[in-house]
Amino acid sequence: MKIIVCVKQVPDAKDVRLDPKTNTLSREGVQAIMNPYDRHALEEAVRLKEQYGGMVTVLSMGPPQAEEMLREAVSCGADEAVLVSDRAFAGADTWATTYTLSMAIKKIDDFDLILCGKQAIDGDTAQVGPGLAERLDIPFVAYVRKINACTGNTIRAERLMDDGYDLVEVELPALFTVVKEINEPRIPSLKGKMKAKKIDITKLTAVDIEADPEQLGLKGSTTQVVKVFSPELKGARAMLAGTPSEQVAQLYAKLSPLL
Amino acid sequence: MDYFLSEEQQMIVDVARQITDEMIVPQRAELDETEDYPRDILTAIAKADLYGLYIPEEYGGLGGGCFEIVLALEQFARGCTGVATAFAASALGAYPILISGSEELKQKYMPLIANGEKLAAFALTEANAGSDASGIQTTAVLDGDEWVLNGTKQWITNAGEAQIYTVIAITDKSKGPRGATMFVVEDTDPGFSYGVKEKKLGIRCSSTRELIFKDCRIPKDRVIGRIGMGFITVMKTLDQSRPGIAILGVGLGQGALDEAVTYAKQRVQFGKPIISFQAVQHILADMAIQVEAGRALVYSAAKHIDAHKNDMSKASSMCKVFATDMAMKVTVDAVQVLAGYGYMRDYPVEKMMRDAKILQIYEGTNQIQRNVIGQELNKEYMRSS
Repeated sequence: MKIIVCVKQVPDAKDVRLDPKTNTLSREGVQAIMNPYDRHALEEAVRLKEQYGGMVTVLSMGPPQAEEMLREAVSCGADEAVLVSDRAFAGADTWATTYTLSMAIKKIDDFDLILCGKQAIDGDTAQVGPGLAERLDIPFVAYVRKINACTGNTIRAERLMDDGYDLVEVELPALFTVVKEINEPRIPSLKGKMKAKKIDITKLTAVDIEADPEQLGLKGSTTQVVKVFSPELKGARAMLAGTPSEQVAQLYAKLSPLL
Repeated sequence: MDYFLSEEQQMIVDVARQITDEMIVPQRAELDETEDYPRDILTAIAKADLYGLYIPEEYGGLGGGCFEIVLALEQFARGCTGVATAFAASALGAYPILISGSEELKQKYMPLIANGEKLAAFALTEANAGSDASGIQTTAVLDGDEWVLNGTKQWITNAGEAQIYTVIAITDKSKGPRGATMFVVEDTDPGFSYGVKEKKLGIRCSSTRELIFKDCRIPKDRVIGRIGMGFITVMKTLDQSRPGIAILGVGLGQGALDEAVTYAKQRVQFGKPIISFQAVQHILADMAIQVEAGRALVYSAAKHIDAHKNDMSKASSMCKVFATDMAMKVTVDAVQVLAGYGYMRDYPVEKMMRDAKILQIYEGTNQIQRNVIGQELNKEYMRSS
């Protein structure tokens, strides 16, 4: 099975700060990590490869520094790494990002399954997975918590819902976004680290993927961030006083109109 | 301090550190309570390729030496000496095959040990044979194409968990020290069973049991090396493996130092963090000096052993004594710095203190090590005078 895993480099949530003036993320001095949900997608891809054979390619759109994260992905079991990087991609929203990734994937061409994390922890949009499936015109399943079986041209997965799960069967090629319940990502192996140090990472530019410049970066983005602000905390709060039985009586008085 | 590790050696440290911080440290207190064998951690270590560190590439390993396994063990012991012991025991069980085994035995067993698919264990000690290894009573008698083993081995680390056992037995009592031979026994061999799991002071998640041989029959070709060479293989094995115990003292000492300094910075008495008091600072300073001195000696001894296969005993024994006596002292001091809190099981230092004691005892007591060093000195000065 040939699997592509889309990964994104994000600031480590442990030390994220907001610039008080612009209200945007201050990335200076903040360590960049692989988006945690993407780590689960990568682990699942490597497990599928171990079970069914095949190969895993990690793909990322990002600045040249994202190479470090791709090497980490190789140390965790990916076979190949592709970095799509170009100044023309700067300022891309999810619309322009899915366009860029879809063009890169068309260039890679040969795949059975694409796995993504359910969302990135910086933008939190959860739009790139489904958007990319739409661009590639392939079946899409969100919130995958388990991949049950892959037989011939079909694959079965469990989609996590609020009140249980759906069992979904789709034809390959398909795109899944995964939740963290799907697996426990492995620690990189020594041989993996040695391989990661040596591997040639394929680098693609806007020209390489034959992209329409009008659809890239800020120019190709349909959304614009007008303002970023911290929402005011709302919601009234009342403290009840007195003996426990008095408090219960007060609580009942407040709740009974709602019953 | 910077020990100028190669890029590859630094990778070993990084992988072992990640396993330690993400898996061993969070589980160590529970493993100590339940005394459960740390299977999932050892599986992660196997998946990370670390079981093959010291095994030549032709047998599926990574081709490193004593120094490489020392680097990994140091990290594991910083987290939990019980887990580190369970990991190290497989190497101890594998060394006799690597050192004296035939090409066939190496081809058969080393790749399985290198990828962690099978664990090994080393069986020397008996009820009447501890420091005095010549008291061994387990026997092996050739019967047609099979050796028949009878006897009981005691306090065997990894017993019941390992699949491959390297066992010393008497094959000719009349020949004294030249009458012992080593064998490979597999867990499925007929007549082989285990005693109950021992209840220990420390390293409680590691498995320690008896091996019981009752007319245990094994194929003739399971002899390690030549018949009668068992003691020589044992001595070479222990020379090779002792820096692995020494480094457990360094890792454990470092873990205790980390806990003590972190606590001393937070704990406020008389209106100040206790690290601001000279009485506490001096304890911490002495701990740090000893841990670093231990590390420097063990690293040097490990490198010496990798370079001088015929001159290992003194370096091996010296680093074992120094680093494990150090670990005992440093962990006692760590409990003193944490004082009442340190005595409680809510903090990890009391476990570290309990774990430290075994390091002065197993793989040759520190008194026996001093005998070895003394005898080596005697030989050296005889040569030079």
